Amino acid sequence: MKLSELNKGDRAIIKKIDSSEDLKRRLASFGVVRGSELSVEACSIGKQTMEIMVDDTFIGLRAEEAEEIEVEKI
Amino acid sequence: MDTIKIVLAGQPNVGKSMLINAMSGSNGLKVGNFSGVTVEKTELCFEHHCHMFEMVDLPGTYSIRGFSQEEKVAHDYLVNEDYDVIINVLDSTHLKRNLLLTLELLKLNKKMVVALNMADEAKKEGIEIDVKQIEKIIGVPVVLVSANTKEGVEELLEKVHEVADSHERIKSNILYSDAMEEEILAIESFLDQKGFALRDLSNREIAIRLLFEDKDIYKELHDEPIMMELQPIILKALQHLYTHHDTKNVQEIKANEYHAIARGIHLETVKCQRDRGKKSLTKQIDEVLINRYLGIPIFLFLMWGLFQLTFTLGAIPMDLIDGAIGTFGDWVGSNISNEFMRNVIVDGIIAGVGAVLLFLPNIIILYIGIALLETTGYMSRVAFLLDGFFHKFGLHGKSFIPLVTGFGCSVPAYMAARTLKSEKDRLITLFIIGFMSCGARLPIYVLFTGAFFGADKAGNILFLIYISGAMLGLVMAKILRVVVFKGEDEPFVMEMPKYRFPSFTLIWHTVYNNAKSYVKKAGTFILGASVLIWVLATYPNQPILEQEYQAKIEQSSKEEAKKLENQLKMKKLEMSYLGQIGKASEPFFEPLGFDWKMTVALETGLAAKEVVVSTLGVLYAIGDEVDENSNALARELKKNISFASAISFIVFVMIYLPCLAASMVFAKEAGGYKYLAYLFVFTTVTAWVFSFITYRILV
Repeated sequence: MKLSELNKGDRAIIKKIDSSEDLKRRLASFGVVRGSELSVEACSIGKQTMEIMVDDTFIGLRAEEAEEIEVEKI
Repeated sequence: MDTIKIVLAGQPNVGKSMLINAMSGSNGLKVGNFSGVTVEKTELCFEHHCHMFEMVDLPGTYSIRGFSQEEKVAHDYLVNEDYDVIINVLDSTHLKRNLLLTLELLKLNKKMVVALNMADEAKKEGIEIDVKQIEKIIGVPVVLVSANTKEGVEELLEKVHEVADSHERIKSNILYSDAMEEEILAIESFLDQKGFALRDLSNREIAIRLLFEDKDIYKELHDEPIMMELQPIILKALQHLYTHHDTKNVQEIKANEYHAIARGIHLETVKCQRDRGKKSLTKQIDEVLINRYLGIPIFLFLMWGLFQLTFTLGAIPMDLIDGAIGTFGDWVGSNISNEFMRNVIVDGIIAGVGAVLLFLPNIIILYIGIALLETTGYMSRVAFLLDGFFHKFGLHGKSFIPLVTGFGCSVPAYMAARTLKSEKDRLITLFIIGFMSCGARLPIYVLFTGAFFGADKAGNILFLIYISGAMLGLVMAKILRVVVFKGEDEPFVMEMPKYRFPSFTLIWHTVYNNAKSYVKKAGTFILGASVLIWVLATYPNQPILEQEYQAKIEQSSKEEAKKLENQLKMKKLEMSYLGQIGKASEPFFEPLGFDWKMTVALETGLAAKEVVVSTLGVLYAIGDEVDENSNALARELKKNISFASAISFIVFVMIYLPCLAASMVFAKEAGGYKYLAYLFVFTTVTAWVFSFITYRILV
């Protein structure tokens, strides 16, 4: 399942990240790596952007980026 | 006196700049709570225990392995420059994530002190940190500090002294995963057996770098005979790591290892007593502020409120200032007997500088608003809310930060655009920052809206001006995106910092510094420009014309005489140097409904936007005595300029080239004067076309 398919309030574990090297590195520095647990905190209109929380850090990302993150809902 | 050169490094929003303020007791640095306030490295000096502390504040970076331009600035500085000690600043409430950068910094092998900032906040949240244990693990001194309450700041300074003077390094006890440790040991013991040594690196460190495929170490070892024997061992080790981590991407392996370490340190040293079920304040506020439906209306309302406030609240002290300037001018005038000097000072300097100072209250309110946006953490939320919308116009949600900064002043805005990673996003943002009317244009708007719409409507019109400028900017961005800067979009991934209560001192410093530089500009640059404009407006002398009128005045009645006197003044002005310049360029501006006075004002505005108002002040003060009643200039304008021309003028001011200082910064940030030429053409053509349309519709 993709991160972009989750809704507000859902929790999930990251299985795989398919982004470019640069983006992977940026995500990693936010604590978004394989095995991290996340929760979806908010979505903007039309789900263009979503806010997730990983390790007490709030991160905003665009739907395109969320599509590249494979997760498993818990 | 010895100098200790210190570099501050840390992730964004850890309170680095504020910590510098606390350490140095100085107020010079700008501090804010959104990613990327410190866009340029900032330097600062102060004395402590007979040592000169030279501080360099690097931009906040999540990593030093280069993602955005700021990270490159930080990385290059840390690797290439000469300094004594790194202070790594961490947010105690986000220790795990912050430690990732610390681990990278440790790899630089420099003297370092770790400052766990926001200790007071951590305490409030029930977080307990075992500082001694962290010290033991990472092998550098760790100090709990709070820039807010100043606790631990003295201790931090002492530690910096200690570290700078010592030559010993404590051994670190950072442990990697079992698989990694096994392979490190294999390589390390081989290097030991061979009796190999490289620089000041331990063999363990060499092994780690080899396994993480550090390019520099491979370069250094390339010509060593030992490499031949080492190769098969490394290959075998990597195979092991690949299977262990289930990937062949070494960068990913490194990230995983670092995460495991950070997680380990966090587990071992941090006790959190917070009730897990309880929603944090930030979460509760976010429920409302970035609510799917309410978010954008709330944002628009806040912006509207800010502009309303700018006008209504700002108008209160304006009458007082205006009156004071008028009285002051009269008083000075009555005390100077030399007519030439009196004219220079009263009509030139006081009229020009006064017209600019008049708008100080508006500027202060606008800056308070922007400072509030920055320091509370709301700015990032707005970027989040607007990204979907911005993205449609070929912009990035993060462009919002430089764009909003642009409402204050374009100079920091151009520099703030560095947070954008993609070159194209950055250039587009740079090109449209000018459409966000800066604080210096505000006086022009306030003057014109006040004069032509009346005080009750002026606030709304002001809001409309700003919004339509911004909208126009977006449309231009789209055009630039489609026509000039085609290509890939930058991903939107952004930290939403915790909401923080704006600190009064922080806002005060930001606003105070901005207001100070505004007044300083009025006292120097604008003063000079006012005198110059006055001179240009007064000379050359017209003795023949004067004699002619003098003769007529003597013959006519008292009322006639007054009329003739004014006529003479107008004629003289038209024939002055300034009049000639204005007349020469008038044909270009005539289709827009501008007379030569407005034309001159616009041209002088290329130096600084405040000068537009002071030029108008000088030009219209000549036809009349300096009036001590309020808003003398506004009344003069209303008398002399038609409604259509006024609106057309506002539109032109909204769009045309920013001031000289901003233009220079633009050229530097965009990468050459060539871009400034593009900007000049781009803005002038756009401004002309839109003013023309406006004028033709209204006239």
